[in-house]
Amino acid sequence: MSDLSGSWTLVRFIGHRDRVRIVVWIASVVLLVAVTAPSIKGLFPTQGDLDKAAVASAANDAVIVFNGPVQGLATVGGEVTFQVGTSTLVLVALMSLLMVTRCTRAEEESGRTELLRATSLGRHAEIAAALVVVAAMNLVIGGLIAAALIGQRLPVAGSFVFGASSTALGMFFSAVALATAQVTENSHVASGLAGAVLGVGFMLRALGDIGDGRLSWLSPIGWSQKTRPFAGDLWWPLLISFALIVVFLSLALALSSRRDIGAGLVQPRPGPARAPRSLGTPLGLVIRLQRGTVLTWAVAMLVLGAGFGSVANAINGFVGDSQTMKDIIARMGPTTLVDAYLGTALFMMAIIAACYGVASVERLRSEETLLHTEQLLTTPTSRGAWVASHVAVCLVGSVAVCLVGSVVVLLAAGFGAAAPYALVTRDASQVPRIIAAMLTYLPAVWLMVGLSTALFGLLPQAMRAAWAMMAAYFVLGFFGQLLKVPTWVQDLSPFQQTPHLPAGTLTLLPLAIITLVGVGLLSTGLAAFRHRDVG
Amino acid sequence: MADAIFTRGLVKTFGSARALDGLDLAVAAGEVHGLLGPNGAGKTTTIRVLLGLLHADSGEVVLLGGDPWREAVMLHRRLAYVPGEVNLWPKLSGGEVIDLLGRLRGDLDYRRRDELLERFELDPTKKARTYSKGNRQKVALVASLASTAELLILDEPTSGLDPLMESVFQDCIREVTRQGRTVLLSSHILAEVEQLCDRVSIIRSGRTVQTGTLADLRHLARTSIAATTIRPPAGLAALPGVTGLGLDGQRVTFDVETDQLESAVRILVDHGLRSLTSAPPTIEELFLHEYGDFRAKEAALSATDRAPRTTRPEAARPRRE
Repeated sequence: MSDLSGSWTLVRFIGHRDRVRIVVWIASVVLLVAVTAPSIKGLFPTQGDLDKAAVASAANDAVIVFNGPVQGLATVGGEVTFQVGTSTLVLVALMSLLMVTRCTRAEEESGRTELLRATSLGRHAEIAAALVVVAAMNLVIGGLIAAALIGQRLPVAGSFVFGASSTALGMFFSAVALATAQVTENSHVASGLAGAVLGVGFMLRALGDIGDGRLSWLSPIGWSQKTRPFAGDLWWPLLISFALIVVFLSLALALSSRRDIGAGLVQPRPGPARAPRSLGTPLGLVIRLQRGTVLTWAVAMLVLGAGFGSVANAINGFVGDSQTMKDIIARMGPTTLVDAYLGTALFMMAIIAACYGVASVERLRSEETLLHTEQLLTTPTSRGAWVASHVAVCLVGSVAVCLVGSVVVLLAAGFGAAAPYALVTRDASQVPRIIAAMLTYLPAVWLMVGLSTALFGLLPQAMRAAWAMMAAYFVLGFFGQLLKVPTWVQDLSPFQQTPHLPAGTLTLLPLAIITLVGVGLLSTGLAAFRHRDVG
Repeated sequence: MADAIFTRGLVKTFGSARALDGLDLAVAAGEVHGLLGPNGAGKTTTIRVLLGLLHADSGEVVLLGGDPWREAVMLHRRLAYVPGEVNLWPKLSGGEVIDLLGRLRGDLDYRRRDELLERFELDPTKKARTYSKGNRQKVALVASLASTAELLILDEPTSGLDPLMESVFQDCIREVTRQGRTVLLSSHILAEVEQLCDRVSIIRSGRTVQTGTLADLRHLARTSIAATTIRPPAGLAALPGVTGLGLDGQRVTFDVETDQLESAVRILVDHGLRSLTSAPPTIEELFLHEYGDFRAKEAALSATDRAPRTTRPEAARPRRE
């Protein structure tokens, strides 16, 4: 078929260009499952432990919202599916829709597709190539997940059903993203639309799972969960997924055949002929450029905070009598379970806030490589003013993101128990306490902003190193003790150095040191940028 | 009058690549100065040094009496710039970008802005992501021409414009010069330079190879002659400065360097001159004279193997890279 000519060349091209990305995605998803399975065995060593956890989970709506339906929880396989199944499905869906958009609409938006289409490349070659690559990734993930679970001596049938349901969901969202990529000429909007389908699917199955389960049948995630891995092992719900994959693929192909290259179905709206008064200073421009980013991260934090908060009050019942869970929490210091749990939640949110900071500073570099900076710096805008505007917006944004996170955790904790967290503990001082605990992480977040800025000034090509640091800090924070990382290595993380409130005690010295290091890095970056070539 | 731009011995290296290799440039205040050179000659690098975006490794550079690296902000109040590759913020409309750049410079003339939008037939309400290359260039042109800056630095500003818009652009530049402002125009479009520029610097491999008025440069170059003579004009081939000699019966064509023109014409007369056309060198030929040296020598070497050429060398056509 001439419509598909050149597809295989494109597949090999994508496989080469995105080789690191592909491996990282596959490894992350598979490792998530492969690491969880043995840890479940360790957490609930006896059948009695499993039974207690099963009872506690079944009674806790907040847990079900994030973990999925109660299916076979009294078995190790069922418990593994409960703990990690929904996260795996969400990750696979995100991976698929992001990869598909990257290989289709993003390429088209950049103008590269035009270059390729002018060669002897079929009209549907990009779609076919993206589909082949992402399908291969999903198949490998499904196979490796099954192998990892079987390796943990879990039932073979259930392991394959788990793997297949992940693959099916990934394929479903590949097809959805292919369709949304035809609708709009903006790749971010295209992946956003597919992401919205994922969000609605998640909500529908959450409501279904805490109810009688019927609503879950309306959700793509629901179909994958209705296969009941390790708790009945049904294959037929995946037929629904496959039917809809065919529907969305046909839709994508039909739309693709009817539209012009570079165009979407939705025409972009015109903008104002004159700039608003606010758009006339470097700061005004940065606020305009970054406001969408801050908003996106704030919404992400809102969702995360709502999740963590709603579980907070249930935590006492959930941990129940599991000695291992008690031991883990006891290691965090003398504290109540809820405080320890909230401490972990706030730590997690601090990591997310720092990721926002790193992503926000990275904008400096993308502005530079896109030659936008050149146009600004040839007006009477100083290099310092330009970098400072970005950093200022980033620092204020990080405070906003942290505030959103902590306030929403409190609110959600309140809703979860049908009464505010403050009332549950009969102590109104909880509100400032939790917010203050969140804000304690700001120096560490700002240190990451400083580090990124320093990299931007000194080694702009190596800015991605900041992400490696973030990953390291995350692993140290959550698995440092489990992996027996030496204390001095753990101490290198500013997030470890920050007092883990509300459980720990507040000491100001480490905060002061972290702040100073952050300020030092920031000024280094600013000074270095003044002395290097731009572009 | 002091030079608006002055560089001497400018050197800039990127790793092992020597982008500027001792570049000299002098642009007098009030003139339109053409910076001519093929792709990769160092035009954009020169401009980026002048704008203080790149720090020269060595050499002297003075822009509007100041140091473009250390006094960038102060100097940028007095200049406007159109980049060769115009990349705009995709979510802003064209009008927003023009206003933003104008306000940052601090001298946006709104009446002039609207007038320019009309002359360039640019719709300011479209989002930058939807503009074509030519329209993005118009945004940058309107933004810079709507300013009152005393120096305009334009890096291949018309490479995406159609001929109609190119003439609008040329009108705008003439207005700018009438106001006594200075323009540095980099280009590889020779006709444009010929139309607009008072003086030209030709650069190649990061060096200035020629600077002068068009008249000066023409003096250095050859004249193309086509003639018919009764007898074959023997001796022409032996005359130094004659190139591209072609004989076709009684018809002879050749290029001759200006200082040998008299001798060449005398030989033609001696052999019974019946008709003569001579063409002044176009800037295309100047350009090839400077750039084509190497290629011309190669061509000449291979040409000696063949019979005398009967047509003018193809290479005389403008070369657009």
